[in-house]
Amino acid sequence: MRKILLYLIVITSGLIFLARLFYLQVLDDSFVGRSENNAIKVVYDYPQRGFIFDRHGELLVSNQPSYDVMVIPRNLKPFDTTELCNILSITPEQLVSRLDKAKIYSPRLPSVVIPQLTKSEYAYLGEKMRNYEGFYIQKRSLRDYYTENGANVLGYITEVNQRIVNENPYYLSGDLIGKQGVEGYYEELLRGIKGVKYIQKDRFNRDIGAYKDGIYDTLPKKGKDLTITIDAELQKYGELLMENKRGGIIAIEPATGEILAMVTAPNYDPAELVGRQRSANFTKLYYDTIAKPLYDRALLAEYPPGSPFKVVNALIGLQEGIVNTHERFSCHGGYFYGRGRKMGCHPHASPLDMVPGIAQSCNAYFANVYRRIIEKYPTPQEGVDTWANHLKSFGLGDYLGSDLSTGRPGKIPTSKYYNAIYNYPTYKWFSTATISNAIGQGEVLMTPIQLANMTAAIANRGWFYTPHILKEIDGNPIKIKEFTEKKYTTIDAKHFDPVIEGMHQVYKAGTASALQIPGIEIAGKTGTAENFTRINGKRVQLTDHSIFVAFAPVDNPKIAMAVFVENGYWGGRYAGRIAGLMIEKYLKGEVTRTDMEKWILTHSLEEEYAKPYSGEPFRINQ
Amino acid sequence: MSKTISQFDWLTIFIYILLVTIGWVNIYSASLDDTATSFFDTSQIYGKQFMWIMLSIFLIVILLSLEAKFYERFSSVIYIFSLISILGLFFFGKTINGATSWYVFGGFSIQPAEFAKVATALALSKFVSDIQTNIQNIGDQFKALVIIALPALIILPQPDAGSAMVYAAFFFPLYREGLSGVYLLAGSLGILVFVMTLVFSPVWVSIGATVMVILSYFFRKKKRPGAIAYLSILLMAVAISFSVDYVFENVFEQRHRDRFNIVLGKEVDNRGIGYNTNQSEIAIGSGSWFGKGWTEGTQTKGNFVPEQHTDYIFSTVGEEWGFVGSTVVVLLFVFLILRIIHLAERQKSQFNRVYGYSVAGILFVHFFVNIGMVIGVFPTVGIPLPFFSYGGSGLWAFTILLFIFIKLDADRMSFW
Repeated sequence: MRKILLYLIVITSGLIFLARLFYLQVLDDSFVGRSENNAIKVVYDYPQRGFIFDRHGELLVSNQPSYDVMVIPRNLKPFDTTELCNILSITPEQLVSRLDKAKIYSPRLPSVVIPQLTKSEYAYLGEKMRNYEGFYIQKRSLRDYYTENGANVLGYITEVNQRIVNENPYYLSGDLIGKQGVEGYYEELLRGIKGVKYIQKDRFNRDIGAYKDGIYDTLPKKGKDLTITIDAELQKYGELLMENKRGGIIAIEPATGEILAMVTAPNYDPAELVGRQRSANFTKLYYDTIAKPLYDRALLAEYPPGSPFKVVNALIGLQEGIVNTHERFSCHGGYFYGRGRKMGCHPHASPLDMVPGIAQSCNAYFANVYRRIIEKYPTPQEGVDTWANHLKSFGLGDYLGSDLSTGRPGKIPTSKYYNAIYNYPTYKWFSTATISNAIGQGEVLMTPIQLANMTAAIANRGWFYTPHILKEIDGNPIKIKEFTEKKYTTIDAKHFDPVIEGMHQVYKAGTASALQIPGIEIAGKTGTAENFTRINGKRVQLTDHSIFVAFAPVDNPKIAMAVFVENGYWGGRYAGRIAGLMIEKYLKGEVTRTDMEKWILTHSLEEEYAKPYSGEPFRINQ
Repeated sequence: MSKTISQFDWLTIFIYILLVTIGWVNIYSASLDDTATSFFDTSQIYGKQFMWIMLSIFLIVILLSLEAKFYERFSSVIYIFSLISILGLFFFGKTINGATSWYVFGGFSIQPAEFAKVATALALSKFVSDIQTNIQNIGDQFKALVIIALPALIILPQPDAGSAMVYAAFFFPLYREGLSGVYLLAGSLGILVFVMTLVFSPVWVSIGATVMVILSYFFRKKKRPGAIAYLSILLMAVAISFSVDYVFENVFEQRHRDRFNIVLGKEVDNRGIGYNTNQSEIAIGSGSWFGKGWTEGTQTKGNFVPEQHTDYIFSTVGEEWGFVGSTVVVLLFVFLILRIIHLAERQKSQFNRVYGYSVAGILFVHFFVNIGMVIGVFPTVGIPLPFFSYGGSGLWAFTILLFIFIKLDADRMSFW
């Protein structure tokens, strides 16, 4: 025993140590992560966000440096609050509440105290902030706008919210992300890929060099420069014409499906959503629930299309073979259907065949055509579904699938829809119940971009490219299948000529004959859509929407467009004039109808928009 | 001389060389910073250690050249000189890191307490091997205790509790030479009662002790101590338990209590007192099987573990060489100590044997307390890891300790 005691103790101790080491080093994995949290700092290197150019290569959006005042609450030392508040020009209450918020987010991670200082503000602050431990200034890159237009087209960038951080591991709190428009849809192209640097820290949290000499570090990759299809001049002109009005304009190049202009009114200057005032401006725009400047009417507003819809009904009629171009329908101040019900019409010559029917926009003509389409089939269900399928081939009644970060499907009613509302088969319904579809009222709803795309499909005599906003990536034309493959409508090309002739006559001698632009042949269609709102729960009719669709030149269409002006009364009044002016501007590069331009610029609809909110009885359509 | 060289225990020397080399490699990593120039830059910690190692060779040659009998003959003189040197610290000592344990000559500082262990080992061996001494005799036991306790008591208030604690190692040679097992039993029971009291309350410990004593009384073999002996053991245990509780709560300072509580897992404080142990465990734990590689340890580079090149050097081994590396180091120590015990057992001279056991005991206590602290199974006590930790005094003292024994061993045949 005396000889072996120390042996035993030494061996036992050795075994205990080995067991403990085995536990620490092999069994328990938690130490590895703790070691990395402890000793390695990850620093991100943010790449330059891609620039955005218009279709002619004009720079629209670039970057500018910006500076955020950041705080790491754990590192704070007592400081002179009043002095700091003066430097940052905020109130002590604001400072305290932001520091509290930062502490709640994380005592160890940086939070933003003052976002997006400009260069000159930074020059003033940079030196002074060094005296405040726990605060530092983080350089970021913000957007710099060379245009005051197209805020809805371009979108904006904003700090990521917690939900995005949770869902997408690429983003960290405080990172910027594109929202809406091109910035939103092409975020991954524009943002590039941020670089990572691993930095070895010592126990005082000081950097002591690159971790493993930087073998895990990556360089940032610059974002891609995008050329978009927008014509900046046309966009600017469209926004000018829409001042003091509400509505949306879409202009498309029919041969390519490229969106030339996408105007929503009212709008805002994209630069408003950059810099220190961003938050205040955004709140102001966000809470304007009457004019809704953040609401992209060109993409989201679902309006009844009104008379331009008659053109597709004529095409469907020809395709279904239930009408020919020579057959005349008479109009007795409207169309009478069953038990004395009547769809009114305005005064014009009667009877009319197809071309003047379109040119004069005769309701009775299209009511007849529509009934024949539906009644061609044994049941109205089959009739409506056949009709709806033709319409869907024009991109109506569903999302268009464009590269715009938002959109609406509009509505094309089907038998299922009518069966539901009329409680079929308990009650039956017939073509006359849906007769408003003949003239683009009733259940049909379309967004301006759908209407413009429909017009482009007519201009192309039966096909279209899905409208899109992206033209080139880093100077290379896009090869995205969705946008480079023709989509054919269900209407044969031969049926388009008489309809287009009708639209041409609209301009030559019909409802838009006042728009004459010297040297340009336009095919168009006016629309006047009844619309309603609710005031104190009561359905109240408002002044009609002014609608116009057009493409030009008739023989070789370069531009197809749809214009909606809310409560602008009849189609030729506002929408027609705006369309005419934009077409001239685009095709000629200048405007000769200065009389028409002057009229638009001096007429405001603000008074009209104020009516429902006045609280007093008002008259419409005056 | 050539005859003597062949009689040196080259296996021990080989393990010594391995440990010193591995130690230096890890000190290099632990003390490396960006200003590193050459391996041997003496303005750097690793450069200085390299110099100490080189000087050790010189020292070894001297140690092995001296007559073996010199050590026995001059042991008393060496012991007294050593006592004077540690006493002198109270007058001429320099305070570094809160402990007045250093003499400073120009750029170099020396820690005499490290060398006092060697002197005490020699003096104790001399005393125990004296023909007059009978270690089973209470009077001689007391004299031995004085030899051991004198340097320990001088060192204790400097304050250097860790170095003082090492003197407990001299229990091993005394036990080997015939000290009653009762001391071992009493010591073990005392420690058991102490730890149990800290984990549970004195009341529970008393109840447990009572049950144990009653059981062992009834299952005792014939011709064993009577009931009175059992009763007195029980009373002692209860008394220790309550007094430990009292001392722990009222005499210990909070920092002492914390050190125990952390090892017993009763308290987690990773920022304050627990910081060292926690960081050292993180460093070792992050090493996994094969470690992060030499000079690649992120904890080591970041200086997260305090005193890493001295008392916590083993955490660098754990982080950079992993389980494999730390196993090698632990086994090297175990083999070295076992080898020394083996060598001690083959000595014909009692002086040599007592000295050998002292060497083994001292190395073991250092090994056990240091690595135990670094891997979190022993309270924080600041003593170096032999041959590993940075420091000229420590390295030289352990070198002298070991090589005196190697010389004695080589000379064992010619002793009589």
